[in-house]
Amino acid sequence: MALLDVEGLSVRFQTADGEVRAVNDVSFSLDKGETLAIVGESGSGKSQTAFAMLGLLARNGKATGDVRFEGQHILGLKEAELNRIRANQISMIFQDPMTSLNPYLRVSDQMSEVLMLHKGMGKGEARAEAVRMLDAVRIPDGAARIDMYPHEFSGGMRQRIMIAMSLLCRPKLLIADEPTTALDVTVQAQIMALLSDIQTEFGTAIILITHDLGIVAGACERTLVLYGGRVMEQGETEAIFEAPRHPYTLGLMQAVPRIDVDDEALATIPGEPPDMMNAPPGCPFEPRCALAVENCRDVMPVLEGGAHLRACHRAVEDVR
Amino acid sequence: MTAFIFRRLLTAIPVLLVLIIVSFVLMFAAPGGPFTSERPLPPEVMRSIEAKYGLDQPYWKQVFDYVVGVVTRFDFGPSFIYKDRTVNEIIASGFPVTLTYGSISFVVAVLVGVSLGVVAAIKQNTWIDYFAVGVSIGAQVLPNFVMAPILVLVFTLWLGWLPGGGWNGGAWQNIILPVVALSTSFMASIARITRSSMLEVLNTNFIRTAKAKGLSQRRIIFKHALKPSMLPVISYLGPAFVGMVTGSVVIDLYFSTGGIGQHFVNSALNRDYSTIMGITILLGALTILMNLLADILYAWIDPKIRY
Repeated sequence: MALLDVEGLSVRFQTADGEVRAVNDVSFSLDKGETLAIVGESGSGKSQTAFAMLGLLARNGKATGDVRFEGQHILGLKEAELNRIRANQISMIFQDPMTSLNPYLRVSDQMSEVLMLHKGMGKGEARAEAVRMLDAVRIPDGAARIDMYPHEFSGGMRQRIMIAMSLLCRPKLLIADEPTTALDVTVQAQIMALLSDIQTEFGTAIILITHDLGIVAGACERTLVLYGGRVMEQGETEAIFEAPRHPYTLGLMQAVPRIDVDDEALATIPGEPPDMMNAPPGCPFEPRCALAVENCRDVMPVLEGGAHLRACHRAVEDVR
Repeated sequence: MTAFIFRRLLTAIPVLLVLIIVSFVLMFAAPGGPFTSERPLPPEVMRSIEAKYGLDQPYWKQVFDYVVGVVTRFDFGPSFIYKDRTVNEIIASGFPVTLTYGSISFVVAVLVGVSLGVVAAIKQNTWIDYFAVGVSIGAQVLPNFVMAPILVLVFTLWLGWLPGGGWNGGAWQNIILPVVALSTSFMASIARITRSSMLEVLNTNFIRTAKAKGLSQRRIIFKHALKPSMLPVISYLGPAFVGMVTGSVVIDLYFSTGGIGQHFVNSALNRDYSTIMGITILLGALTILMNLLADILYAWIDPKIRY
């Protein structure tokens, strides 16, 4: 049995201007200890996919479909039941470590409360465990610094605190929503190395949400490419990087600047991200796709292809 | 922090001095005096009265003597109108009354206002929210001088439950109406400030983190959201205090509670110089103290603020 099974997950937001379809029919599964990358540009629905799983959508959002965690249906669980899973079984770290920690509470309070809630620990015991976890994410002198406030730490250190906090209960799954986006490059590498070490040490499965393909290549076994809230391509990371089978993935790869190729200008994908309010019936990438044909506008291609899934009307050989 | 409090108390001294001087100048700039009457007193009588109260001295000497008296002996001088009472006695009789119903009103306004605001924010866009917002708007447009007669009409004249005035040594029946009349509009403002700041805080990333940690809504509100959403309320407490002081004048006049506000108005009408000065200084000092308290509270809540 897979650790996590997501089937036909969709997320809708009711707004004053109409319905926003942020995520459409996304399916994937994840085994124990595995790492899956969800890749896409801003607004592709990757964060909302994660929020939906943990019941963290904004008030006007609604998720449909089925999410099974160790066989338990967790979509639409009551808040109290969901709270037993959050942080305890599935935990999450967020994009912006500057604002994701409560600036008005000491780090010790914010970390201890997780253990006191889920593990029934006393204050002293929880604090000691929190200090151990700070040590595990390589924050030096954790015993003294745990009583500091978040603003007294740098961005990289705060993200380490977030990671430490999310691992306190030894969750089986960690969802990392753009964990390095707000950090500078050297710190990014440290955080990614830390996540990978932690995975080895604790056997945690990770869903890594990112728009940074460089991170994906090194860290994730499987990759899922989202565009306009739909899965474009999905498979082994290596296979996708070697030979992308979807025009969008191809465009993403080519947009990564390379130091060994002397290009005049940065390669981009022309056009704008799709309007999620009035999504066309066909492929969301069609307006920007160089390979689009007549059919693409009206009919959404089916996601198929066995181990290396793709949703495109064109033949694999045409995508290059 | 101690250094900050000390510094703030030091700066209070020049502020109070300026307050004294401006009040003095304003009083003397207005024509007439405490002993002006329709039938003028004989000049020699007038001179002896003025000598008795030190009014024959030059202005700067009057101010100087006054300040020295206040600072060294804590003596606000004799009343110009009530021959047998000193200003200290007048304050001693009125201030406890004002302090009693004033502080009760303050606490009621904060407690009820904050609770109402929090509940409205949690139940945003439900009938509870609409009810709370409706009540606070209604309460805010009813100033105390409108509230007071309405309360007396309903609870004294129609229902006959509560006395419509008097102090009666501070019996609870006599306290209720003044407190309600004084606190309602401040309670309403605090409720609205709390609601909007709580809504803002509930949308922040760190509240999302708290949810992802599996905390109950109760814990999220009280442990994570309440402190930061109190910051705008605390900023409002200084002005609210001043507003309540002004309001207590109306309350004293309307309910005849015998508080300091009543003496304040009477002394202003009667040109009772020393009483006006005494009460002005007292209220000025209190206002400075309340603002200092608000600043200390602010720093206590927000760890990023260190004085």
